[in-house]
Amino acid sequence: MTGVIDISAPTSARVAGMPDAGVSPQPPLLEVRDLSLSFATARGALPITRNVNFTIAPGERVGLVGESGCGKTVTGLSLLRLLPPQSARIQGDILFNGTNLATLSPRRMRAVRGREIAMIFQEPMSALDPVFTVGDQISEAYRIHFPVSRAEGRERAIAALREVGIPAPERRCDEYPHQLSGGMRQRVMIAMALICKPKLLVADEPTTALDVTVQAQITDLLRSLSERTGTALIFITHDLGVVAETCTRMITMYAGEVVEDAPVDDVLTRPRHPYTSGLLRSLPGLSKRRGVLTSIPGRVPSPNAMPAGCRFRSRCTHVVAGCEQSQPMIEIESGRTARCWRAPELVLPGAVN
Amino acid sequence: MLNSGRLRIIGRRLLQAIPVVVLSTFIVFGLLKLVPGDVAVTLAGDNASEQRIAEIRELYGLNQPFLLQYGSWLWKAAHGDLSSSLISNEAVLTSIQRCLPHTLLIVALALFMAMLVGIPLGIAAATKPGSWIDGFVMAIASLGVAVPNFWLGMLLVAFFSLQLNWLPATGAVSLMKDPWASLSHAILPAVALASGGIAEVARQLRSSLVEILSSQQVRTLHAKGLPPSSILWRHGLKNVSVNLLTVVSLLANRLLAATVVVEAVFAIPGMGGLIVNGAMNRDFPVVQGVVFTMVLIVVTLNLLTDILYSVLDPRISS
Repeated sequence: MTGVIDISAPTSARVAGMPDAGVSPQPPLLEVRDLSLSFATARGALPITRNVNFTIAPGERVGLVGESGCGKTVTGLSLLRLLPPQSARIQGDILFNGTNLATLSPRRMRAVRGREIAMIFQEPMSALDPVFTVGDQISEAYRIHFPVSRAEGRERAIAALREVGIPAPERRCDEYPHQLSGGMRQRVMIAMALICKPKLLVADEPTTALDVTVQAQITDLLRSLSERTGTALIFITHDLGVVAETCTRMITMYAGEVVEDAPVDDVLTRPRHPYTSGLLRSLPGLSKRRGVLTSIPGRVPSPNAMPAGCRFRSRCTHVVAGCEQSQPMIEIESGRTARCWRAPELVLPGAVN
Repeated sequence: MLNSGRLRIIGRRLLQAIPVVVLSTFIVFGLLKLVPGDVAVTLAGDNASEQRIAEIRELYGLNQPFLLQYGSWLWKAAHGDLSSSLISNEAVLTSIQRCLPHTLLIVALALFMAMLVGIPLGIAAATKPGSWIDGFVMAIASLGVAVPNFWLGMLLVAFFSLQLNWLPATGAVSLMKDPWASLSHAILPAVALASGGIAEVARQLRSSLVEILSSQQVRTLHAKGLPPSSILWRHGLKNVSVNLLTVVSLLANRLLAATVVVEAVFAIPGMGGLIVNGAMNRDFPVVQGVVFTMVLIVVTLNLLTDILYSVLDPRISS
């Protein structure tokens, strides 16, 4: 542990207050507790994230947002322990259905990857193997976890391609990634990730490298597949519009910390952390019809020179004496937490009014 | 294997080979004419009269214009006639048929050794970058590149032939006549020749494999739940095979050139000795014949490489 006291809101309370889980308190599918990541460098450990806490309920779709370098991608990768083991240090617990993935043996971790938790990446061209056909790669993902014949693997791959809306899947199955368009490649990635029917899909900026028209298709596909199969989704993105369309809850990260965790509708209308508010007001087209686009002044502090107390305070317009104190996550209402001691009193503008 | 795309590549490459052969033999021919010395003087023997030398020049057509001499050699070569040596009067084709097998044997053996040792070393180093085995392999690789192969050849002879008396020090035996004796003669020269190649194959394979193993496509494979062994053997090696092919193909070309020196050290009657003697005596038909043969071999090797590229990487043929 980093030695900094961090009092998070009781996990059970947040689960109970989750929007889709209003009927009965389900046990969470994933519970991340005090996850701190750091990278070993020549000049010592470089802390990347600190005491990240969140939970995901079965079938829930959660957006993980924040600007580049805030730690959202490494958090996603750490769930599958995909960070380079030589340099990455993981502290804290990643409880998946009660099993702590952070301490699981490599062999048992491999049984979780692709089978229980799958992941898709930003750049489908570089994420696929260029010298194997897409059918080979998809059926490989199935045949690692289920002992079926090569022929059945191929049948399943074709079915998976059809499922993600690829026309003529029997033909596409034998093609190589370079023969497909960017949107098709991302569909292949999705087919590959969902072929074992995992309980959780981590999507790391899956639409960033795609054309705008294709982005909407991929987002819709992910949402409808998640709804149909009951696969929970962690959508890592900096596109708040995508989160608004796809997710039910939004977790905002800033400088390696979770700063706000709230249902999407609530956070869009009334964010509780000044950083979330800044992000929402920076969205073009939603907040204002004309005039200069709002931006957050200043820059993110460097990971090896993090200030004590609120990490956002040098850029915050609401900063007062007291912000240099250590900032725990505080519960504002049921199912809503924010890392700002002024959150209860501040009235911050959102994207929708 | 041979679809229309590949046939087109082969056709284009064969056409490209023609100017390569013409240009390279022309340059060598010109160089032979530029350097001092005259084959007619050698042929006439000691204390020959000016008139005798002139007669010999007349006889072999050496007094004809430069381009005409080259043209007539090229015309005959195009018809499969590589002329005869001016010194020994042996048909150049016969000399080549006698010498080429020795050279090809040690080059092929050296190439085989370079891959046999270099590939496992490269894989071992790449799977644990930064480990002691990686450092060890890289140290060997630096040493292999730095040690001149003729010097290594002499050391090998001193130790394995003269000290231990395990292998013959010099000479060569035809593979057809006595395969075992032929191989035992070829081992030391091949080792001397292969040392740099082992180093190169290991280094290049290590660096391309390290790059692939830390790439995003391999991260996807980990995310699918693949064990490291199948990531390395199934995906890793197939992805680096194109790079490896490039290295081996360039190495084959270089070994064909480097064999000249190694053949001299081990007194092997191969193509190296043939071209060196030919050049010393300004025996241009021999030199031309050897260059011609070597260019054909290199062009064929490169063609083979290109075809293999399109087999290994689906992005190349389409």
